[in-house]
Order: sequence, then structure tokens, then C-alpha cells
Amino acid sequence: MEVAAAAANYVADVDNNCLKATELRLGLPGTEETTAVLPTPPSTPRGKKREGNSGAEEAAKKRDGETAPPAAKAQVVGWPPVRSYRKSCFQQSSGAKSKPAPAEEKAPAPAAPSAAAAGGNALFVKVSMDGAPYLRKIDLKMYKGYRELREALEAMFLCFSGGADAPAVNPSDFAVTYEDKDGDLMLVGDVPFDMFISTCKRLRIMKGSEARGLGSVKNN
Amino acid sequence: MSTPHSSSTSSAPHRASPPQIPQSLTLAPTASSSASPSSSSASGMRDAAEDDSDSPPSQMSEDDPGGGGGGGGDRWEPDLRGGNGGAGRWAPPDQVLENVLESVLEFLTAARDRNAASLVCRSWYRAEAQTRRELFIGNCYAVAPRRAVERFGGLRSVVLKGKPRFADFNLVPNGWGAYVSPWVAALGPAYPRLERICLKRMTVSDDDLALVANSFPLFKELSLVCCDGFSTLGLAVIAERCRHLRVLDLIEDYVEDEDDEMVDWISKFPESNTSLESLVFDCVSVPFNFEALEALVARSPALRRLRVNHHVSVEQLRRLMARAPQLTHFGTGAFRSEAAPGGGLSVTELATSFAASRSLICLSGFRDVNPEYLPAIFPVCAKLTSLNFSFASLTAEELKPVICNCINLRTFWVLDTVGDEGLRAVADTCSDLRELRVFPLDASEDSEGSVSDVGLQAISEGCRKLESILYFCQRMTNAAVIAMSKNCPDLVVFRLCIMGRHRPDRITGEPMDDGFGAIVKNCKLTRLSVSGLLTDKAFAYIGKYGKLIKTLSVAFAGNSDMSLQYIFEGCTKLQKLEVRDSPFSDKGLLSGLNYFYNMRFLWMNSCRLTMRGCKDVAHQMQNLVVEVIKDHTDEGESEIVDKLYLYRSLAGPRKDAPTFVTLL
Repeated sequence: MEVAAAAANYVADVDNNCLKATELRLGLPGTEETTAVLPTPPSTPRGKKREGNSGAEEAAKKRDGETAPPAAKAQVVGWPPVRSYRKSCFQQSSGAKSKPAPAEEKAPAPAAPSAAAAGGNALFVKVSMDGAPYLRKIDLKMYKGYRELREALEAMFLCFSGGADAPAVNPSDFAVTYEDKDGDLMLVGDVPFDMFISTCKRLRIMKGSEARGLGSVKNN
Repeated sequence: MSTPHSSSTSSAPHRASPPQIPQSLTLAPTASSSASPSSSSASGMRDAAEDDSDSPPSQMSEDDPGGGGGGGGDRWEPDLRGGNGGAGRWAPPDQVLENVLESVLEFLTAARDRNAASLVCRSWYRAEAQTRRELFIGNCYAVAPRRAVERFGGLRSVVLKGKPRFADFNLVPNGWGAYVSPWVAALGPAYPRLERICLKRMTVSDDDLALVANSFPLFKELSLVCCDGFSTLGLAVIAERCRHLRVLDLIEDYVEDEDDEMVDWISKFPESNTSLESLVFDCVSVPFNFEALEALVARSPALRRLRVNHHVSVEQLRRLMARAPQLTHFGTGAFRSEAAPGGGLSVTELATSFAASRSLICLSGFRDVNPEYLPAIFPVCAKLTSLNFSFASLTAEELKPVICNCINLRTFWVLDTVGDEGLRAVADTCSDLRELRVFPLDASEDSEGSVSDVGLQAISEGCRKLESILYFCQRMTNAAVIAMSKNCPDLVVFRLCIMGRHRPDRITGEPMDDGFGAIVKNCKLTRLSVSGLLTDKAFAYIGKYGKLIKTLSVAFAGNSDMSLQYIFEGCTKLQKLEVRDSPFSDKGLLSGLNYFYNMRFLWMNSCRLTMRGCKDVAHQMQNLVVEVIKDHTDEGESEIVDKLYLYRSLAGPRKDAPTFVTLL
């Protein structure tokens, strides 16, 4: 009955599997979602600058944004037929008056987490630290502001800060930066936190000579 | 009516073209006033040649009579006498008759009536073309802008629709088309007095908005529904340049804004009193300048409809209501306080504001509602005819105190969080209800589902005057649908979405065929959306009884091509058919060959179509545009067709199709 749909899904799966295969990830095999990745990029453009690669970005966002276990059966694009506008409004209302993350705002039918008004989707981004052997992932929605975020990052990466004999982390040696949706490397802390959440794609903690002069972690 | 022989000798080539009266009447652009006969007839020749194989021009409008274009048996001759200076068009033999005709036709407003009038004879065609004030084009690719502009001389209002409706559900890839740019470019020079543009599902850029603002000095109304491509920058230009703007309605658009680039467009409205009557911008999700809005509302004495986005607290609402006590339609933003708990506006104070708004008949918004504030709207409930709670996650307990006052409600949109119990409360009070929409909070197949056949049954018993229903649920029975078909004889729109695919009757385990059969039999439906487990039998019913159905949406239904055949052969008024994920093959598609010209479009995705079948259709039907849409450009050539979109068109295959669209 759904030969064509399955065929389309399969092609998309192969695409995304290839992308996945080349990506370095932390985590045990099998913990990633294996739902049929939605083959269609959203029909609404998500930004003038990003029209070209919306398809790949969408898949990437999906990987980064969801940690749900594999769904029982493949979800289908555009079913049930509720407009994306309506679905995105529920994700908006969970964040009070802040602008929601564009990934969720324009995403196609969510594959796994339900668009519940109260909780909203988690927003996981990778965090890398220069010199650390592996990356971490944090859920940006868990934090109410920059201070909490910094404290969490410090706690997470303490062990990498210079070896067993090093004293407490020296804040001025680090700069927390992030990659925004345009791909630019930005310093964390300049924009309101809500805006930061909506544009942050991944975090990078720079240390050493690169970081000096960019401002300490505890700035602002 | 015989026309005197024209002095021009170029009438001969025109006689060569087949006697299809309306088509060749694109002889001369109405704008040209002093064109010499020979040059005009040259262009006339081109048009006549082009028009040979075209369908009747009335297909530009929504309600195509479906009949051919031939008018009577009189042999016509082109009237090639030169224009008498100022009139700007060919002067008919009987000037008085034409003037009278035009005066009379001014009174015709319905597109259907105008289409019929335009087919009577050439004189009526011309007169109608000069007096039509609103042009409705249901598919922007069905006709080229140039052609519309050439035919109609005095348009004041244009309505255009673009993408197929399934684009709302992410089934049409980004970049498919429906750009408004060529239309604005053509309308600008042709209709300097244009006042109104309404667009649905089209891509509108900021440049397009700027062009609109600059082209039409008398511009009054802009309505964009489910559009995309523009930002607050474009809105700013409209606000600033359209000094006579009365209506700016932005409804469920995707307004793109990078946070650091958004523009304070509200401040750009004229500083003097404005003529604004309606300002709807709840879909513009970025923050805006509230003080500017407050000042704008204060200097817009004609403002009746205002819908703000969710960045508005109840405290701010109060200020707005104080400035605009004459509002009739109000979108209330977040409907919560921005203050710390215990510190914000009191419910009583807010209620006072509502009490002072004596004209309110329509409330919406409630985007992040704090239910404690709901009692504030009690003073207006009894007068409300329309209430939209579909963004408010309310329980039955929270709904009941509100709804029990809404005795005059005609339109109600709500979330399924209110459950069957909430719907029963609606049924108990709202005996005048005409339109009900129940949306799912959790729009996924495996959701719990809070409403069911019980709620539907209750509604059918309490709301006997119901005309239109959209109902999302997980569990349904044939009995409830049959009950609705009997209790609500005025139903014309029935859209039932059982979210789990192929779900049968929850009590009997049978397919939902009988329910849908009853609804098409007992009600005069013009629009139907089906769901649940359905066999060919359901479609046999639909074909047999659904003689008035214009729009039909089918998903995960049917078991053979017979279903499609039943639909095509039975639903004689069918205009729009959208099908997804159903076991229909080329055979079913081809059973519609004789009917496609009578429809606006057919959409089919994830069925069992192949390139061969689609090419067959394309070869046999010259005036259809057949689009095969792939998801990605780099998908290889495949015999399987996943998405098919076909539509009748006078314009032929479009030139702006992206690479993932194959035009057959």
C-alpha cells in the first residue's frame, strides 16, 4: 500500500545514513533514533540565507535536537494534517515570550517527541572543548540563563582543564563560543539568552592563546 | 447582430480561426487608445492563433461552468474599427446598448454570474471585462498574468492562490513555486487604481511588497494567508507607503526574521490618523514596539479588528482596549501577565476593560493563557459569535464556566484538551453553532486522543444548525457519524480526521464506510475529508451521493482503483481532489481523463503511480499541466511517481519550475 512512500523513505534513509556514518559521535551504538528520517525538507523556507541547504540542515538539526529512542513505527510526513504553523505555536508558547528555536518552528511533523505545550522539545547541542578527547551534549532548554549554563559547562569540563595537578579552572583562560545558524563563531553572552538559545547550533570552549583577550567565561 | 464591414482588410486572417467566440477576443489590449487597426490586428492575430486550442476564458475564475465556449450559432466578425480616441477600446456599433450593459453588469458581483454573462456574446464579454472589479484566480499557474491584464480593464481587487493545500503539511518541497512577483509586475502598470490584493499560499518577497506599495497609490487592503518569503522589512514598506491602508491581515504566514534584522514596522504607519480598519499580525512572531502599537491604535478611529501576537501581556491588552473600545474582533495575544505571581493585573480590572468593549463579537489569541484570567471575558461572552481557543490548552473544567455564557456562539475553535466533556458543555449551550473545529494538542498518530465519537455525538445533538466541522480524534464510530448526518442537515463541510491510520469503528471493528456514506447521503456536502479504515464501498457511496462535493481529501483509504473511478464518475461538481497514501495506480488515474478539465487540480502523493501513467495523461490532455515532483533534485530517474500535481491551465507548462519538478 505504501510502496512509493516506503521507497521515498528508503532513499532518504540512505542519504542520512551516509551522513551519519561520517559523523563522529559520542554514545553507544543503537542509542540514536532510527525512525525514518523525514525525506522532505519543509515546504516553508526557514530563512533567506539558508534556502539552499535546508534539507541537509533539517536532517542535521533533527539529529542534534532529539534523543528519543527509536519510535515504534515510522512516522509519516504531514500526518496528521495539522499545519506546521499550528504545531510550532505550541512549541512557542512553552518559551513564554521568547522567540522559539527556528529548527522546531519550521520543522516537519515531529518524529518522536510530541509537541506538548508544557514541556517543549529538548534542544541538545554538542559542546566541544579544545584539547578534550571527546565532546558532550547539553540541553540548552535546561538552563534559565547564562550563569547556569556556564556553571554547568564548568562542571562538565573541569576534568579537562589542565591535568591532575592543576588548581581550579582559571576563568580568563577560557572563552565559551558558539556556532550560530549562519555558521559563524560567536562569543557567548552578547545577546539575550532566549535569542542565544534559538540561534546556537553548537558550543565550543576555547582555551589557551586563542581565548585570551576574548573575555573571560564569567564575563557579563 | 451584424457588424458593418470593417475598413481594414486584415479581417480575413481572423475568419480563418475557428469560431470559438470568447477566445479570440483578446484582440487588442484595452489600454491602447490610438492603436491603428493594422497593428492591433497583428497582435490580434497572434492572440487568435494562440487561443485556438485554449479552453474557455471563464476558467480564470473559480466557478467554471464547465461548458464550452461556443455561443449561439451566429457567425461573428471581428469589430476592427479604430478606437474613437479617449475611450481606449473598440467602439461597438451600439454605444448606448454597451453603456447600459456596463451599468447593469456593475451590479453583478459573483464570479459565477460574471462568467456566465461573459459567455453570452462578444458585446457582453467586453462589457463584463470592463466592469469586473474583482478577479479571482484559484490557481496562479492556470493563467498567465499578461492574459488577465489584457482581458480585464478595470480591476480593483485581485485574489490569487498558489501552492496546493498539501503544502501546508510539508508535502511540497521548498522552492516549488507560486511566486507572486510576475503578478505584481503585471498588475502594477495595468491597474493603477488597484485597491486590494489577497494571496493564499504564495511566496511573497519583501521586494514584492515594496513593488505593491509603490505601484498602487490608492491601495487599501492587503491580505496574506499561509504565505511565506517576506519579513518585517516588507511590512515596514507597506505601512509607510500605503497611506490609505485599511486592512493589513497576516494570517498564518511564515514571516522570516532574523532576530537581529527585524524592523520596527509598527512605527512606520503614518503619523496622522490612519484609515486602518483591520490589523492582524498574530503570526508575526517577533517582538514588536508596543508603544508604537498603542499610539497607532489611538490614532486609528476606524479600527475594528486587531489581532496581536503572543508578545502581549494582559496589562498591555488593557491599554489597547482602552484606546480602542470600538473593536469588534480582538486577538488577545498571550493572555497572561508578565509580572511575578501575585503582582500583575487583577482579573477584575481586566474584566472591566472587557466590559467596556461593547462591540466585541470575536475573540481569539489566548496563546499562552493563564486560565485564571479567563473569567475576565465573561462580560462579553453573551455577545460573542466567534471564539477561538485553539491555541489554549484548556481542560473541560476551565472551559465550562466560559462556554456556558456563550449562547450566541456561531464559530468555535478549540483544542481537544477539553475532551468529550468539554464538547458536551458546548453542545449544551451553543445551540446556534455553525462552525466547530477541534484541533489536537498532540498531533501524532499514537497520541492518546482526548475526544472521540462521544463528543461528536453530543455536538450533533446540541448543535443542530451545524454547517461546518473539522474534528481530529483517535476513536470514532459509524454510529456517531450517522447520528451527525441525521441531526445536522445543514452540514456542508465535513472533515473528520481519525489520526491513527486505517482505524476502524472503535466499537464494531468495521470500516468507517457506512458513516461516511450516511454523511454524503443525508447532507449536501460541498467539502469532505475522509479518514479511518475505508474500503471502496465508501467511495461508491461518495460517488453516488456526493453530487455537490467540490473538494475531497483522501488519505490512507480505499482498496483499489475502483475508488478513484467512483469519485470521478460520480462527483460531477468535483473541483479539487487531494489524495495521499492510497492504493491507486495508473488505471485509477486514467479513469479521470474525461473529468480533469472540469477540475481545478488533482494532487496525489505516495500512491502507486508511475511515469508511464502520468505521461499518458499528459499526452492525451493538452491543456493540463502535469507535474511530477521529487523530494530532492539529485534523486535518480525513477519510474515510480511519488507526487503528482496536475491542473488545467491556459498558460501551458510554467517556466519557473525548479529542477525537482518534471513537467510532462
